[in-house]
Amino acid sequence: MQKQPKTYPQYAKARAGKSPVLRNCILAFISGGAICTFGQLLFDLYRMAGIGEENVKILVPVSLIFLAALTTGLGWFQKAAKYAGAGTLVPITGFANSVVSPAIDNKAEGMILGLGAQIFVIAGPVILYGALASAVYGVIYYCLTTF
Amino acid sequence: MQYVWAFLVGGAFCVIAQLLIDLTSFTPARILVGYVVGGVALTGLGVYKPLASFAGAGASVPLTGFGFSLALGVEKAVEEQGIIGALTGGLTATAGGITAALCFGVIASLLFKSRQKS
Repeated sequence: MQKQPKTYPQYAKARAGKSPVLRNCILAFISGGAICTFGQLLFDLYRMAGIGEENVKILVPVSLIFLAALTTGLGWFQKAAKYAGAGTLVPITGFANSVVSPAIDNKAEGMILGLGAQIFVIAGPVILYGALASAVYGVIYYCLTTF
Repeated sequence: MQYVWAFLVGGAFCVIAQLLIDLTSFTPARILVGYVVGGVALTGLGVYKPLASFAGAGASVPLTGFGFSLALGVEKAVEEQGIIGALTGGLTATAGGITAALCFGVIASLLFKSRQKS
């Protein structure tokens, strides 16, 4: 009985098998590259439709977020993410999934502390440290440009 | 040609994250936070703007591009408003994406049922 804590990590490692790192990387590269290429295609299509560049820069991520939200709701995103790994996580689609997925799963817990709080479970840290980094950079940029 | 660069650069960002997940104890949440902060830092160092100009969506679609938007927004706001811009620029530039994700999240939660168990 005493052996159990020591041997469990080894047991878990053996059960996990060889981590197919190369296969994961190839799948992440192809799927992530494809999402970015699709983003580029959207960018060019919106520009061709005569939309100004500043607006297109907002419309492209919003479109990708919409598609990620829709496919998360339909359950397709999770199936694709199982294979794509970081390929669907790193593009803006991963951020959208991290917002939509807990929103759907925690709605039953209530609109305030269920959906309202859990929607930020991953988006919260991302927005917090993003805002913090941008404020720090803003101060540095101000000092560099004024002095 | 921009499509090729978008594919290669975007794919490369994903491979780096996949290696961090597989070879270290990085969780997906840490990757997301690290990529956004990394995007701000790379923009500050002057690396990201040239990358974005030839890779297009390959640089703007990964979450480092979210950091890039934060940093560009803060630069613009500091130039226009001075030091106050450090507080307003970042989230103003990224408000569209954040609000879209939150709104679509709430709408999706009303339209779809949880599939956690299946």
